[in-house]
Amino acid sequence: MDGRNGRAAGADRTPEGVGRAAWSKVDPASFDNVERGCTVIRMPGPIQSIERAAAILRLLASGARKMGVAELATALGLPKGTVRGILRTLQHVGFVEQSQDTGKYQLGAALFHIGSSYLDVNELRTRALNWSDSLAARSKESVRIGTLHEGQVLVVHHVFRPDNSSQVLEVGALLPAHASALGKVLLANDPLDQLDDAGLVGFTPATCTDPERLREMLAEVRARGWASDVEEMVEGEVSVAAPIRDRRGVTVGAIGISGPIERLCGMTGEDARTPRVELVSYVREAARAISRDLGAIPW
Amino acid sequence: MSHRYIAAIDQGTTSSRCIVFDEAGSIVSVAQKEHRQIFPKPGWVEHDAEEIWANVLDVVHGALQKMSITVHDLAAVGITNQRETTVLWDAETGVPVHNAIVWQDTRTDQLVRELAADGGQDRFRAKCGLPLATYFAGPKIRWLLDNVPGVRERAERGEVLFGTMDTWLIWKLTGRHVTDVTNASRTMLMDLATLDWDDELLAAMGVPRAMLPEIRSSAEVYGHATGTLAGLPVASALGDQQAALFGQTCYAPGEGKCTYGTGSFLLLNTGEQPVQSANGLLTTVGYKIGDQPATYALEGAIAVTGSLVQWFRDNMGLIASAPEIETLARTVEDNGGCYFVPAFAGLFAPHWRGDARGVIAGLTGYITKGHLARAVLEATAWQTREVVDAMNADSGVELTTLRVDGGMTANNLLMQFLSDVLDVPVVRPIIAETTCLGAAYAAGLAVGFWPNTDALRENWHRAAEWLPSMEAGVRERGYRKWQKAVQRTMDWIDEDDE
Ligand SMILES: Nc1ncnc2c1ncn2[C@@H]1O[C@H](COP(=O)(O)OP(=O)(O)O)[C@@H](O)[C@H]1O
Repeated sequence: MDGRNGRAAGADRTPEGVGRAAWSKVDPASFDNVERGCTVIRMPGPIQSIERAAAILRLLASGARKMGVAELATALGLPKGTVRGILRTLQHVGFVEQSQDTGKYQLGAALFHIGSSYLDVNELRTRALNWSDSLAARSKESVRIGTLHEGQVLVVHHVFRPDNSSQVLEVGALLPAHASALGKVLLANDPLDQLDDAGLVGFTPATCTDPERLREMLAEVRARGWASDVEEMVEGEVSVAAPIRDRRGVTVGAIGISGPIERLCGMTGEDARTPRVELVSYVREAARAISRDLGAIPW
Repeated sequence: MSHRYIAAIDQGTTSSRCIVFDEAGSIVSVAQKEHRQIFPKPGWVEHDAEEIWANVLDVVHGALQKMSITVHDLAAVGITNQRETTVLWDAETGVPVHNAIVWQDTRTDQLVRELAADGGQDRFRAKCGLPLATYFAGPKIRWLLDNVPGVRERAERGEVLFGTMDTWLIWKLTGRHVTDVTNASRTMLMDLATLDWDDELLAAMGVPRAMLPEIRSSAEVYGHATGTLAGLPVASALGDQQAALFGQTCYAPGEGKCTYGTGSFLLLNTGEQPVQSANGLLTTVGYKIGDQPATYALEGAIAVTGSLVQWFRDNMGLIASAPEIETLARTVEDNGGCYFVPAFAGLFAPHWRGDARGVIAGLTGYITKGHLARAVLEATAWQTREVVDAMNADSGVELTTLRVDGGMTANNLLMQFLSDVLDVPVVRPIIAETTCLGAAYAAGLAVGFWPNTDALRENWHRAAEWLPSMEAGVRERGYRKWQKAVQRTMDWIDEDDE
């Protein structure tokens, strides 16, 4: 991908600190508001349904086990209908998930994405520094680490291809999620499902622009634990990526390599469009090593 | 399939590590273990040398086990170590007579002042390249000789031995009592020209020659290990910063590197002649490979860099982890006119003003925590600029590229700003672990695992590069403001301050 297109060139100057909304710019004018802003807030009494929702979440968080409606209702001393109604709302916002086959409930992935779960991208780079270096050294290709940012892949770390050729740092660049290995890994493991069906732009004849087919591919990526892009973004270019997980198993980023198809894929026939096995295993090993450092349980 | 790898032991200030490298210089396996920091009194810092030895054995075996390899797969082991930390032990029993005194320890403050009273702080500089300071090993040996009962007499008879951590580990591994030129150059006891202990320096410091190790090159087989690592050649020793210089393959005069960690250390290869500094830098041995002539270096130490980020995290509580400072700094466009000079314990190279204390200058009602975060990061870059200016002046060669390593190189904002204020490209090599790599390289050269330094250069690859993009006018205005802020730190401490 190096020096591939205008999108990447010079993109390293774009701010990377886009992640943390809490640190918004302080408007100097807002100092005035401090004086005036002492309105008295009347405290309402506790809202019963929120208290009950919290109790349900706490119960679900207390055990590794999934729980059914009846079980929850008994434990909380509430009518089943009430519990079912609350669960439906919690499910709607992604805070609980219902198992397809048993109908039982567990905490939802969206819950993990609020509060302390957010991993600062600069921290991710710092923690991944050594392993991404060794991935570049072993694969002899350039390495990128990406996170999802408004449906696209934000490159948060970039290691040059170790051949001392002239290359430009692409940190801060955005890549199309559906046409890159990094993006596919991130979409496949994204609990918020940020796949934008209408935004599936075709870059090459190989780009997958059909939402149905893409969803199938993502399911496969999720199952096998890695993704590839074979000339789906740029003709002649291939990328391979795997998920980086934190201690709760949440995917916080993806790491991958990219390079020309002649080096990344096999020599003949079917193999010529399949990434080489040893390169895939280097990528997956690096992803696992970083995950381990972030506290993920080895898988 | 034997002798496929080289191992390096990095005996550091907070932990000991072992990294196993392959022929391409890639990391194969890592193991690490922390040791206790012992603080008997304010300003005193000690390590238990026995604990460190046990940890070193643990991490070597740990690194081998992780990859299911054995000592027979190793061609050699090299050592790099925290510099200047001093240990004395009984030659017969091998038991240390006291905890090791760590480089940061300031108990020799009074002693150093007394020595300086007679001839000034720079009285030994022409010979050993160093000003009198508490860091160096010589005064620490003297303190132990003066304060541990019975030790001086026994040291005079060679019954108590001195070593820096390299010497201690080589002795434990092989039974040989040797050190290398880079570690010896931090004792204040070695003549930089002869690379041997100097009688005048020994007499001034009151250290008997009988307790000192033999000074050898940085890359040769000192001996073979016994015990659980039996047969393994111990083939290099380098102080940590010199090892990083070697690992960064700075083999030509004018090549230099800066390691950005808790503090930062800029070393510049000055070739086969020691260069005396007129600008407050240290003259030191860079490395010596076997019988080849020694290569010298100028060293600029910056006391507070990564530790300022830690201070910002722990004492100000504005960020939860060090890397988050970049996120915070990127919430604003620039420093808003704010400069932070972290002269927490005075100003070091090139100013050397003990009466200085830190300032945050240029504060207005506009300044937010984002601007402060920028000022914290920029402080590291401006301090580097001051040291580079001093080096250029001393050495007469202009630094053309800065090679960087260490934890702070993960910070892209800082690395770009560094390139901007130095106005030279900043490059990070693909292996950030240059300290261990340097020790591995030296050991590998000694046993023929690698043929020569050219082969090592071929292993050096750029992982990232930041090119200067700041307008000259902006750079000069920024530097002027920084220098004004530095002026404002001085003359803060008064006679009657505690
Ligand atoms: N992304 C970052 N941005 C700024 N400072 C950092 C970053 N990551 C680590 N640091 C700082 O770097 C130091 C750790 O670097 P390291 O090379 O491990 O140091 P040392 O070997 O001296 O312990 C710490 O002081 C920490 O504050």
